[in-house]
Amino acid sequence: MKIFRIFLLLAFISSSAFAQEGVFKYKKLPSVKMKTVRGLPFTSDNIANNGKPIIISFWATWCKPCIRELTTIADVYDEWVEETGVKLYAISVDDSRSMTLVAPMVNGKGWEYEVLLDPNSDFKRAMNVGPIPHTFLLNGEGQVVFQHTSFSEGDELNLIEMVRKLNRGEALK
Amino acid sequence: MVPAVTRSQDVLKGGEVHGSLQADAIYYLTDPETGITDSTLAGKLIRMNAFTEVNYSLGNFTAGMRFEAYLPPLTGYDAQYNGAGVPYWYVAYKNNYIDITAGNFYEQFGYGMILRTYQEWTLGFDNSLRGLRIKVMPSKGITLKGVYGVQRYYWEPYKDFNRGIVKGFDADFYLNDIFKNLAESRVKLTLGGAFVSNYQQGTTKDIPSGGKILALKLPENISNYGGRFNLNIGGFNWFTEYAHKINDPNALNNYVYKGGDGLFTNLSFSKPGLGISLMSKWIDNMSYKSDRSVVNNMVSINYLPAITKEHAYALASMYPYSTQPGGEVGVSGTVTMHFPKNSTLGGKTGMSVAGNFSQVNGIKRSPVNDTTYVGQTGTLGYASNFYGAGDMVFFQDANLEVTKKFGKKWKGIFTYLYQTYDKDVIESHAPGDFGTIYAQTGIADITWNITKKHALRWEIQGLWTKQDKGNWVASLLEFSISPSWFISVMDQYNYGNSDASQRLNYYTLGAGYTYHSTRILFSYGRQREGIICVGGVCRYVPATNGLTLTISSSF
Repeated sequence: MKIFRIFLLLAFISSSAFAQEGVFKYKKLPSVKMKTVRGLPFTSDNIANNGKPIIISFWATWCKPCIRELTTIADVYDEWVEETGVKLYAISVDDSRSMTLVAPMVNGKGWEYEVLLDPNSDFKRAMNVGPIPHTFLLNGEGQVVFQHTSFSEGDELNLIEMVRKLNRGEALK
Repeated sequence: MVPAVTRSQDVLKGGEVHGSLQADAIYYLTDPETGITDSTLAGKLIRMNAFTEVNYSLGNFTAGMRFEAYLPPLTGYDAQYNGAGVPYWYVAYKNNYIDITAGNFYEQFGYGMILRTYQEWTLGFDNSLRGLRIKVMPSKGITLKGVYGVQRYYWEPYKDFNRGIVKGFDADFYLNDIFKNLAESRVKLTLGGAFVSNYQQGTTKDIPSGGKILALKLPENISNYGGRFNLNIGGFNWFTEYAHKINDPNALNNYVYKGGDGLFTNLSFSKPGLGISLMSKWIDNMSYKSDRSVVNNMVSINYLPAITKEHAYALASMYPYSTQPGGEVGVSGTVTMHFPKNSTLGGKTGMSVAGNFSQVNGIKRSPVNDTTYVGQTGTLGYASNFYGAGDMVFFQDANLEVTKKFGKKWKGIFTYLYQTYDKDVIESHAPGDFGTIYAQTGIADITWNITKKHALRWEIQGLWTKQDKGNWVASLLEFSISPSWFISVMDQYNYGNSDASQRLNYYTLGAGYTYHSTRILFSYGRQREGIICVGGVCRYVPATNGLTLTISSSF
């Protein structure tokens, strides 16, 4: 069990290291090629929102908590955009099996996000994402300032509160 | 010298370190009712699968590695994983025109029927290539890729041609970027093609067949190639990939000399509020591995996903389908509709409906001549017609899902499934061992937002079948406090088992804590045996009883 204790320690270090400035902070998103839902090439360098905050959410059509998160946000997304100018990129990690279901599902559910396809998880891997849903919050300079794994009802309120703080120039805890 | 030192420090300052880790540990308990005894546990009561991956990036360079430990592997994972080491490392350089990776890499050509390497931790699946990959983007809209390497096989190092060497080339052309006069066109077209060859040493092999030993002559170079296109016009999208594999006698096809074919096509249409997807697939003798003697999931070069819907609820995933690489023909259709707020069907809060139907049959095979039976080792195997469906239904699934909000605090997801599952074919049993299962499943998943931060979720599920283990009922209660805590309790009860001694309760207690991207999960209880699938790959999980601890983090 020695190795297990080492992993526990590493998890603790990584979660506390994340909160600090330094080498663990994403200063810039890794440059990775993806596709739009129309099958057109898209590079992660083009994830941008005119200096406003950005939410990046990794999800898949087969992931129930991911759908719950995106459905919950979809109900208030118009208001969020109007109030804060935030933009949400929903990165689908559906592979060939369900990749072609993404566009019909997104449209079918009436979601208004920027949706990208990452069928072999290249962007997911570059962002070191493990279990999904996994959500990143980027400030106006495109730096990752917060990330969260999993979804519970109410998490969306936490997220938009942080977006507001970013807009007001306040520090995040 | 001083400026040089300063410069290197500046360079290091710009570097970033990121990574992730996960540990899954189980303390196993004996449980005579499910057949778990001291002897099946073999004294190994504590088992753990764990990994940690670290990536370093500096300007155009990245480098990374993953350490994995299986001490020993959890039950249900192949015992050959026992051990610890670094199965994955790489260094890479990338700019706008070229991308070079040395070491291990994950790559996919098109849909994947020709080549796909990837990793799926929860399944213990990893077919990464170790070698060299070069991607070139000579001008806008053109991507050329070349790969050269050997695949991972548990911990076994590659030496003396103990498995195949994989070489591949892929070209992708996005015409609207290549031709300036198409740039503004509503019609978007992408064309692609790939060629892969696997070299496996050995021109002869002795294979036992019908009580004799056949000395087979084997091809050392096996190629798999094909083309694809994606046509998009506004809300319409049409994607197709075709692949052909030359004759490839291997353990999975009973060493026949037939070539292989695969075709996947998908047509979809969507507009706000409506999404329709239709797909069809033809697979004939398309298993393609870098070691012809391997029969499990390892060293697959290509990827043959199922086109059936992947279900997530416990009872809905009792009978998951996975592609039969030997041969299958299938269709699938999905319709998703959203009725907005304040519409007749949407009511005050809106409603989403999704319906899906899929069916997969075997392919029609006939003898190649009067003296050869279908699938006979050392022969051409069988003859088949393109898209010629056989009478056997391997799998069928009709399902409907309704998502509805009730006021501000309540919402529900209601699901119904009717499935037909040929257990003998799908789980590779002898014909007639289990036969075909017809199952109906109903699920209600209801969430009550008690306050803004507190929610209670309740699932009630029922599965009804006259075959296999009979009827099941399952219920889950989950209480969450955003953003960090949840506790849950679940029971799955096999009340309809024809064997009264197997009418068991599979109860689980769980709790989890999340802080940013670190998650700690704890559960205690009994896990029923089953099949876990992610994408097109499935893994059998034996029944277990015990204490599970999972830690995952990324930084």
